[in-house]
Order: sequence, then structure tokens, then C-alpha cells
Amino acid sequence: MPAFSSAEYSAILLSLKVSLAATVVSLPFGFLAAYLLSYGRFRGKLALDVLVNLPLTLPPVVIGYLLLILLGRHGWLGKTLASLGVSVLFTWKAAVIATAVVGFPLMVRAIRVGMEAIDPRLIQASRALGAGPVDCLLTVILPLSIRGLVAGSVLMFARGLGEFGATIIVAGNIPGVTQTIPLAIYDYASSPGGDPMALALCLVSIILSVAVLLIHEQLGRRMARLD
Amino acid sequence: MELRLATHKRFSAFSLDLDLVIQGESCGIFGPSGSGKSTLVSLVSGLLKPDRGSILLDGMPLFDSGSRIDVAPDRRRIGIVFQQPSLFPHLSVRGNLLYGLKRCAPEHRRIDLESLVRVLQLESLLDRGVNNLSGGEKQRVAIGRAVLSNPRLLLMDEPLSALDDHLRFQIISHLKAVCGEFHIPFLFISHSMLEMRLMTEQVIALAGGRVTAQTTTEHLARERMGLSPVGYINLLRLAGMRIEGGASVYRWEGGELVLPRGEQEASGGLFELSSKDIILFKRHPEAISARNLLACTVVSLFESGSRTGVELAVGQGRLIAEIVPAAAQDLDIVPGSQLYAAIKASAFRKLAMAGPVG
Repeated sequence: MPAFSSAEYSAILLSLKVSLAATVVSLPFGFLAAYLLSYGRFRGKLALDVLVNLPLTLPPVVIGYLLLILLGRHGWLGKTLASLGVSVLFTWKAAVIATAVVGFPLMVRAIRVGMEAIDPRLIQASRALGAGPVDCLLTVILPLSIRGLVAGSVLMFARGLGEFGATIIVAGNIPGVTQTIPLAIYDYASSPGGDPMALALCLVSIILSVAVLLIHEQLGRRMARLD
Repeated sequence: MELRLATHKRFSAFSLDLDLVIQGESCGIFGPSGSGKSTLVSLVSGLLKPDRGSILLDGMPLFDSGSRIDVAPDRRRIGIVFQQPSLFPHLSVRGNLLYGLKRCAPEHRRIDLESLVRVLQLESLLDRGVNNLSGGEKQRVAIGRAVLSNPRLLLMDEPLSALDDHLRFQIISHLKAVCGEFHIPFLFISHSMLEMRLMTEQVIALAGGRVTAQTTTEHLARERMGLSPVGYINLLRLAGMRIEGGASVYRWEGGELVLPRGEQEASGGLFELSSKDIILFKRHPEAISARNLLACTVVSLFESGSRTGVELAVGQGRLIAEIVPAAAQDLDIVPGSQLYAAIKASAFRKLAMAGPVG
């Protein structure tokens, strides 16, 4: 196995950092979206459902391109951010946004599965006992959704490690800055003599994925024991 | 308590139209499944919104479609005990009990944890998780949780239906103890006539989403005698058991009653006896296998379905027996008639109830 240089180590670290950041940033939004889709009664619920799930079926490249327009100098979000002195495109933050958007439906789905398994009587009981909607959300629905939140986070983190299409468009492929593991593999695979390095990075990818799955399994078992 | 309901609620295959006033400390809501009992609970508690109408509790509007009032369920101060305990699985027994109390404004708090725990005998359960409790323990905690929220009105929606007979009657005595001790007005929803009579004296009968009667439980029970496969259930308080001639002899206000010895043996308690298990004789039958033969006087007769109910005075006690109308004619039974009532020793069934009831 070839020795990794600092560029490879930083790709591995960046992958972990981007995935983790995307998961953490998405968690509250994912919980809120799952809550609205599970318990909300409002107009446009179907539209929200479609919007949340769209990244699941859209090609990541399309998402990347739409984000590029949105975050670009002339996009409405890009303009707002620029006026605040923040530039996002082609930085690791853009990779976080791309990863978050692409993984979001997976997270929301997992949280929803957990949330919709909550006995509706518990929610009614909490309301009748004097808890308002927000109180009920925080003291009954949130604690009973922990399983779904963990499952959703793990799923999103794992999916984030592999994010490629959207990331390469909004964050580019700059070694040491925005180059994650998949992007580095892409570089090595398309350059002569890069095969050993590409394979070594594939191995790292596999190890990380297996580790994530094992952690998920362990957490699931521990939570089952707590019930 | 005064609850005024004038509401209309329409579902795809069912509509509920209510127009009633409930006064007093307790009232039963009786009806078969699908009659609208649980919908009524949801409407009063605010978990479901009527299409139109108004709901007033002690003169205060909880809902009024005319003036667009719809008080949120968490502001109505109406406690609910469901058929299933529905305890919060992530909280301990103590956490469950305190959930409502913590959310109750200080000026409304008059029941505290200590006295509730004493009345419901929950001391040993307080620090346990709720997932390892037995069915009866869970329901006791659920009752305590609702009571501790210091509600103005407690709704009990078939709270005993998920329990077996033995536990049912234990929980009834807990319910009565807690509502009596803390003076909480309640609506008791059930499809069991027996539960209804043990819990409350006035009752509203629902069928097909309409009120069919607002009367006393006693009257409703008599009216339903001919329709019910078990007839009218006489409730007898027996005491002072002694063994005599291989049988248990109990004291009753109408005299002594002989019951078989067996597993239901106890020094006393509440026993049920179906109106179908009483045989009437015009004259003293010389030889009869039934162990109980009581001299009695007919107080009144009433019609129920295809049967005639006979109210009998036996000493200080009262019994309801049922016969076919032809038998009433043949035996010439009229109020004031002197009869003999024969009851088999095995016809009595003990209700496993702790503490005094009734």
C-alpha cells in the first residue's frame, strides 16, 4: 500500500469534517421537517413533501448546478451572503451545503419512521395534561424520536462520505481545500499511475463505511436494551 | 359540575348530534361501540373540533362556533384516562405522575403527590420505569397522572376495558376512592352496565350518535334487562361469613344466604346475582335443591323487552327477578303478592373489589 501524503490525509479529514458538519447542521431542520410532515396540518404539505424528497431522485449534478446558481454572485442567496462578507462557493462550506441537501431526504425519512411510530394517545395525553404544542414536541415527541434521529444521522453521515456530484460543482476539487475522498479517488483514477493510490483511498472509504454501520448497529442494540 | 353540550360533528359514515346538560358530581355515558362515546370525549377534551355548536363547562365556553371560541386542549383543564394507560415510556412513574402537576398553574393545585400516592397506593412504584409495570399498575399510574393535573373534570374513556375482571373491580375501587377523596367531577364512559352502576348514579345512553336516554343507572339497567344476555345484575353486599354444613353462610340485609365453599370464599364483599338465576314460587315448594329459599313481597313490576321484571322486597333487601309475561299472569303476580324466591348457591359471583363501594 502506498504511503499517504498530507493531501490524502487532508482529504480523509475533510470528508469526515464535511459529513459531520452537514449532519449536525441538518439535524434540527430534519427534525422540524419530519415533524411537519408527520403531524402538521397545513396547506402545501404535499409540496413540502416533494421538495424534501426531491434530492433523492434528482441527479446530484443537477442539485450541484442549482446550488451553484443559488449561491453564485448573482443568486439571491449568494448576493445576501456576499453583502455579509461571506463567500461560500469553492470552500469547504459549499461542500457541507451540497452534502446536506443531498442527504436531507434520507435523514427526514428515517426520523419520520421513528416519529410516526409514536402512539398518538401519548401526544393526546400530553396535551390533555396541559402541554402546549411546543411543550409536547420537546417533552414527548423529541425524546421518543431519538432512535429515528440517530438512524437518520448515521444514514446521512454515511451518505455524506460518498457525496461527489453536487460537491464537485459547488466546491470544486481543490486538494487540501475542498478535495474529499471521492474527489481524490476521481483524480487518481483519471491520472496515469494513480491506481494504487485510488485503491488505497477506496480501502479507507470501505473501512469508514463499515465502521459507521457497526456503530449504528451497536447504538441500535443499546437503545433496544434501554426500552 | 355543569356541562352543556350542543354540538354537531360529521364524519364520512357517521354523525354525532348532541344536545344535553349534565349536572352533578358524576355521570355515565353508556352505549355500544360506535355509538359516539369516544367522540364525545374527544369533543369535550378539545382533541377533536365540532363542526358547529357550543360546549360550556361551569358556564365557561370551551368551544363556540358562533363566537369562534376554541380553547386548546392544554388550557381546558380536563383530564383523560384512556382505555390503554398511555404512559410516557421515557419517564419513570414519578415523572409520569408529575407531568400534569408541573403544568398546572399554582393557584389550581389542590392535590399533591403525597396524598395521591397514598390514596392510589403507588409508594413502591414511584421510582420504577413504566415498561415493567403490570396492566393494573399501569392503569393506576395513568389515573394518578390525570388526577394530579388537578382537572376541573375527569373523562374516563373505557378505563377498565383492557383489564381482566379481577383487576377491573380493583381499579373501580381506586377510581371511586380517588374521585371521592379529592372531589373531582367525572364522566365515566363504558359499554358495561355493571361498571356503570358501580361508578355512577346518573347516565346518558347513546346510540348511533344520538342521546337515547338521560336517566339513572338503576332505571337504565332495568330497562335493558330483557335485552341483555346476562339479564339484570343484582348487587348484594354480603358479610359475616361462617361455615355451616359444608357451605358458606353470609349475612345479607334480606336474611342469610348460602353459597358454595370455594375459591371465592371471603369474609364478605360485593356479589353479583343475575335476575335470570332467581326462580319464583307462589307457594312454598316442599322439596327443592336450591339452597336459598327466601320469602318475599312484590314491590313492583316492569316490562323490559320480552321479559317482565319483578322487584322483590326481601327483609330490608331488594332483588330483581325476571320472568316471561305469561308466567306473571299464570302466577297472578301483582304488587303486594307474597312469593318465594329460590336461588342456587352457585348462582352468586364475587366481585373482586377492594374497599367499600356503593
